[in-house]
Amino acid sequence: MNDVNIVINEKHYTFPGNITILEACNRSGIAIPTLCYLQGVSDEGSCGICVVKVEKSRTFDRACNTIIFEGMKITTESEAIYKARKMNLELALAHHPLDCMTCDKDGDCTLQDLAYQYGVKKSRFLTEEDQISTLKENAWKDNPFILFDEQKCVLCRRCVNACMNTAQVEAIAIANRGHLSKVSTPFDLPLESTTCQFCAACVQACPVGALIEKTRVGKGKLKDFTKTDTTCAYCGVGCNLSIYKDSADNLIMAKGVIGDPTLNNGRTCVKGRYGHEYTQHPDRLTTPLIRKNGVLEPASWEEALDYTAKRLSEIKEKYGSDSIGVLGSSRCSNEDNYAIMKFARATIGTNNIDNCARLCHSSTVAGLAKSFGAGAATNSYSDFSASDVFFDIGSNTTETHPVIAQIMKEHLRKSDCTLIVCDPRKTDITKHAKIHIQHTPGTDVALLNGIMKIILDEQLENTKFIEEHVENFDAFKQKISEYPLEKVAEITGVKAELIKEAALIIGKAKNMMTFYSMGITQHSTGVDNVLSIANLSLLTGNLGKPGAGIMALRGQANVQGACDMGALPNVYSGYQSVTDPAVKEKFEAEWKVTLSDKIGLQATLFGEKGLTGELKAVYIMGENPLMTDADITAVREGFDKIEFIAVQNIFMCETVAVADVVFPSTSAYEKYGTFVNTERRVQLLRPVRKHHPNVMDDWKIVSRLSQKMGYDLGFDSVQDVNREINKMTPSYGGISMERLEKSGLQWPCPTLEHPGTPILHKEGVTKRPNQKGLLHAIDFKPAQELPDSDYPFILTTGRILYHFHSGNETRRTSVLNEFVPKNYVEINPLDAKELGIQANDLVIVTTRRGKLELNAKISERPKKGVVFIPFHFSEAPANILTNAALDPVAKIPEFKVAACHIQKK
Amino acid sequence: MKIYRIHALICAGGQCISAGGDSFESALKKELQAADLAEEIQIVETGCMGSCEMGPMMVIYPEGVVYVRLKPEDAEIITKEHFLKGRPVEHLMWRKEEGAFPRLEEVPFFAHQTKLVLRNCGLINPENIEEYIARDGYQGLAKAIADKDPKLVIDEIKKSGLRGRGGAGFPTGRKWETAYLQTSDIKYVVCNADEGDPGAYMDRSVLEGDPHSVIEGMAIAAYAIGAQKGYVYVRAEYPLAIKRLTHAIKQAKQSGVLGQQILGSDFSFDLEIRVGAGAFVCGEETALLNSIEGNRGEPKKKPPFPAEKGLFGKPTVINNVETFANIPVIMTKGADFFQTIGVPNNTGTKVFSLAGKVNTTGLIEVPLGISLRKIIFDIGGGIPHNKQFKGALTGGPSGGVIPATHIDTPIDYESLNSLGSMMGSGGLIVMDEDSCMVDIAKFFLKFTVDESCGKCTPCREGTKQMLNILEKITSGQGEEGDIERLEELGNTIKQTSLCNLGQSAPNPVLSTIRWFRNEYESHIRDKKCLCNVCTLSSPVKEVKKHARKKISH
Ligand SMILES: Cc1cc2nc3c(=O)[nH]c(=O)nc-3n(C[C@H](O)[C@H](O)[C@H](O)COP(=O)(O)O)c2cc1C
Ligand code: SF4
Ligand code: SF4
Ligand code: SF4
Ligand code: FES
Repeated sequence: MNDVNIVINEKHYTFPGNITILEACNRSGIAIPTLCYLQGVSDEGSCGICVVKVEKSRTFDRACNTIIFEGMKITTESEAIYKARKMNLELALAHHPLDCMTCDKDGDCTLQDLAYQYGVKKSRFLTEEDQISTLKENAWKDNPFILFDEQKCVLCRRCVNACMNTAQVEAIAIANRGHLSKVSTPFDLPLESTTCQFCAACVQACPVGALIEKTRVGKGKLKDFTKTDTTCAYCGVGCNLSIYKDSADNLIMAKGVIGDPTLNNGRTCVKGRYGHEYTQHPDRLTTPLIRKNGVLEPASWEEALDYTAKRLSEIKEKYGSDSIGVLGSSRCSNEDNYAIMKFARATIGTNNIDNCARLCHSSTVAGLAKSFGAGAATNSYSDFSASDVFFDIGSNTTETHPVIAQIMKEHLRKSDCTLIVCDPRKTDITKHAKIHIQHTPGTDVALLNGIMKIILDEQLENTKFIEEHVENFDAFKQKISEYPLEKVAEITGVKAELIKEAALIIGKAKNMMTFYSMGITQHSTGVDNVLSIANLSLLTGNLGKPGAGIMALRGQANVQGACDMGALPNVYSGYQSVTDPAVKEKFEAEWKVTLSDKIGLQATLFGEKGLTGELKAVYIMGENPLMTDADITAVREGFDKIEFIAVQNIFMCETVAVADVVFPSTSAYEKYGTFVNTERRVQLLRPVRKHHPNVMDDWKIVSRLSQKMGYDLGFDSVQDVNREINKMTPSYGGISMERLEKSGLQWPCPTLEHPGTPILHKEGVTKRPNQKGLLHAIDFKPAQELPDSDYPFILTTGRILYHFHSGNETRRTSVLNEFVPKNYVEINPLDAKELGIQANDLVIVTTRRGKLELNAKISERPKKGVVFIPFHFSEAPANILTNAALDPVAKIPEFKVAACHIQKK
Repeated sequence: MKIYRIHALICAGGQCISAGGDSFESALKKELQAADLAEEIQIVETGCMGSCEMGPMMVIYPEGVVYVRLKPEDAEIITKEHFLKGRPVEHLMWRKEEGAFPRLEEVPFFAHQTKLVLRNCGLINPENIEEYIARDGYQGLAKAIADKDPKLVIDEIKKSGLRGRGGAGFPTGRKWETAYLQTSDIKYVVCNADEGDPGAYMDRSVLEGDPHSVIEGMAIAAYAIGAQKGYVYVRAEYPLAIKRLTHAIKQAKQSGVLGQQILGSDFSFDLEIRVGAGAFVCGEETALLNSIEGNRGEPKKKPPFPAEKGLFGKPTVINNVETFANIPVIMTKGADFFQTIGVPNNTGTKVFSLAGKVNTTGLIEVPLGISLRKIIFDIGGGIPHNKQFKGALTGGPSGGVIPATHIDTPIDYESLNSLGSMMGSGGLIVMDEDSCMVDIAKFFLKFTVDESCGKCTPCREGTKQMLNILEKITSGQGEEGDIERLEELGNTIKQTSLCNLGQSAPNPVLSTIRWFRNEYESHIRDKKCLCNVCTLSSPVKEVKKHARKKISH
């Protein structure tokens, strides 16, 4: 780009072209007042506050959206400019009440700052009746999240642009024209009846107190709060948040951190924004508990630790190390997980350690490792913009990875990128798709094979990539030939033309990014599904380039980290195999113990092994299997047989309720440590609030317990744990906490000098020993339980935007719980009609394992014959119904397909 | 072609039709049938003849006899006397002064005009492409394609000095050149026929009376810049224009002057009509393009200018109807000829809609540089009832007033600007001694307040505040400092509004303050309206309708 020479206030400057006057002034240290401008979000130039004089220009020009040109001469201050700015400010204030004293935004308001700067005490145009605000009823009235005080609005349009450009929603717009303009919803519908996702991007964008979180009203002004930047503790997107607390340590509000365009850059979803209230909920566990005479009773830390150490030691002594099972947690930090992983292996001496990744992405870890030698998402958010096709399969992206969905939608809107979605339900993201393939749950392999057959038939495969980077092509091709289009259409219940159209788009894509989530993994064929996805990317050469790869969207905030840390039965941290003698030797040398080389038990087998008596004790850190496993009635039976259960948790959840010892721990917003997001980015977690004096960090509880059991984990601080992670984990060698203070790092990052790895398998060179990608010949196998005359419907389960997993946090966040207070079942209108079911009717859903009473939600989202139930609600837990049939390799249950029966109560 | 003894040109412009022109026409047809004259006398429905106030009109050739204000019952006598006996019916003819019945060319209203844009209006049947072609139609396009490379076409337009007639007067050739120089496979040509100025209707008249001249102008533009597709954005209130244009596009395609491989060349150009929703600001070019794209019709910041990044982000030439109608003339008669009309830097003609306190109102086309006096007194026949001329408002609702002291000012872009007014789309409203200038300013400001899109604060809020002050002043509640406040507001709005609507909205107020400050002062200090228009010291009253409303259809 050519340099541009300009003159500002008679001084010469040179800039690279294409920047605005405002940017040029910022870089030169010249202050320009702005009101309506918000970088990257809003530059419509509505307020006219930033005006400057450009020589030869007939009018003043807006610094915020005028691009500099060669020879431009700019004056930023003069009496005329000052007067114009002040006049526009007075006009902006023409209806703005004199409310600063009672306004929540006092001290954090651009308008107030400008009024101060320009000495506007009261606008000349402000009328008597406008001086004090009277809250008008509007479309924002009933929702629990956002308040809109119209009279404070200066019509800067930052909210409207934030909704469009940040949230990618367009739920709000400017209604009417001229001086009757106002921010509104379509037809003034209540906000909750629009497409609004309550991400509150609009609130964050509002420069004044017009749009504000209802949850912060009356709780203080900016000066009363302390802000801490940390990583969101919900989903695997890993948004960076600034969280504000008051002097009593209550978390009040959250904002998306702005500044790094490769991250969420200001974005959040409704959970990140509002879902922090649980940390100060009275239900928090604040004392260790020991079960005495069948009842959990408060105990001291010493008592609880001693007792647990004693019981575990006894059981180990009596039944052997492998009679004890341990669970790490995707909700806890890397350091917590490393500590418990070491505890299981070194202190107890077993590889029976797992985490809830078993329930979400164990198929990915196993499948992608087979195909590419590494079981993680390959690319980064920042390179989505290089894709010309997005292939999104089995992911309700808008609800489960909301900010990734926003990034995807932004690219779709700004480019010619085509989105193809395969999902049995018409979820929000399907509205942005060119093609939506609504296949029958559990038919993914057939669908993918069918697509690949068309690609081969049309010779759209990437022959060069296959020759150079792929093996086993012939066997694969042979298998694919068994999936002609008609057969695939029949199996999947999708029109043949639609599959063909999608296949052609995929085959012709220059850079295709595949996105998938639990719709792919949670099947008894989960690994096969993942292998088929890997096949497709190898066949088309979509691997190892910006915009081309596989984004396995990880569910929990640190599910990637829990796996990276070796909270898995077959690997130490960094996926170093427990069966590899060299690895074993290395860890034995460091830990000075003898380690087991026998692969341990998967979490989904704990119940079963409890029932058979092979498992005598379990130690669970921050997980809730009695809510999140499939067929929880059966799991509970198994747990009932287990002699001793000890747990670390922040709430009295279902699993805690059956424990013998309970240790209260710190929540993610109270601890220091690291989390890893779904693009393998390790990020810092900073304590936002002080924890209760009687709760302890998870790694510390484990360390204390280990000590009592006679083995010192060697950790006195989080940093100690982190240093050992760096030392023992090649891919984490350079990821020190000091470096993370500056910014996140994507593994592999072997040395302190290494910049991290945004894209895995660069240029198609995989992590397998021979560096090639392995194609697999995969047969379609139907789900384990198919509809029949007794159970004629397919039940599929999953998440919704407003709640998270077993609901312990979101159900204790009043706004979220008020907004979606109870469980429901989504039924297609055609099915509802046949069954005589109307909206909100109470219905009974039965499977071979149990039954639930739920309100019906008649919805076009599931296709006919399919019903959907969220699994967040402990009063009506979907997992009473689900099928515990496991994938033979990954041992992941088939949460996504069960046969059920429905009837009106 | 069949030879007729007499051609009866009946004005089928919107206003003549609504004044009863079509009932007269059917009455006449019946009479001719009865008198067995249908084979001898051809009735031609033409576009607007300009002097709408005199309608329904009919001109009889070869004599050039002009009949005005015709009623159906007049058909009988005209047939019997004029057509059968050759005796024009005097009491129905245009009368200059007692006893003088001028031929069309001699009517002062027409005699002082120079018709380039309106060359065919009132002469040909707009629904018949043959008649357009017979008057050199599509010659310009043929010439452009046959022997000129696109660059030469642009040079010719540049040389002609033609400036955009949509208001701003930007040199058309330069605009085309910018679009021509952009590298893009896709480019567009858009005709701005939104005609939002409530007092102006020349664009409508051209579309209704001579649609092919616009089509041809657009095709030439497309050829010059390399566009394949064009849009005409017409306001919904112009159904007749839409009908005639639709018909003309169809005919043009059938005749091979539009569509694929025009005139056998490899140049193709397709044209589509888009009907606008009618907001004034939709006439602003970026808002108009937004509207075609299906977005809210709101202006966008410039640059980038449409010629660089316009419709759907592609280089786009957007010109006014009148601008396009000039193009075929320049191409057939040459830039040199065009330059002989008007004055240097303001070449060619401009069509005005002459309205207000003047004897003959209507559409007039005059060479640029003509004086205001000539327009009002020679063409318009002076002020009715021998009242004093007080001022004229040019530029429509966002223009300014030119006071009587400047009646000899030449009408050109620069002179009007220097007087605080502007050319605009060509509205010209004449005011006499009875017109209160504060009231006039208030009337026009009210229009812009209602039409502001609301996007930017100075225009949305500032104009409303100015209007509040004017309402105070005209109702007797004005206070010292109000004039200064108006000036301060006006200057900020002019300097900092996002688009030209806001940037020019204060003009009527600022220019009336400039020339008639005393009237403001007497409202404020003496609580007195010098023209007895405003009722002071009483609650704000209904605004008196001074300017002509858009003539109904
Ligand atoms: C508020 C506003 C309304 C306008 N309305 C019209 C209109 O109705 N017709 C028109 O041709 N130009 C209108 N313009 C001018 C156009 O923006 C643009 O300058 C014109 O279409 C360019 O064509 P020209 O170069 O041929 O004049 C308007 C401008 C503004 C600011
Ligand atoms: S909360 Fe989010 S989706 Fe809803 S209006 Fe605001 S920005 Fe748009
Ligand atoms: S609500 Fe806030 S962000 Fe939206 S237009 Fe009003 S002041 Fe601007
Ligand atoms: S000047 Fe007026 S019409 Fe133009 S953008 Fe601003 S508010 Fe809209
Ligand atoms: S900050 Fe530039 S116009 Fe508002």
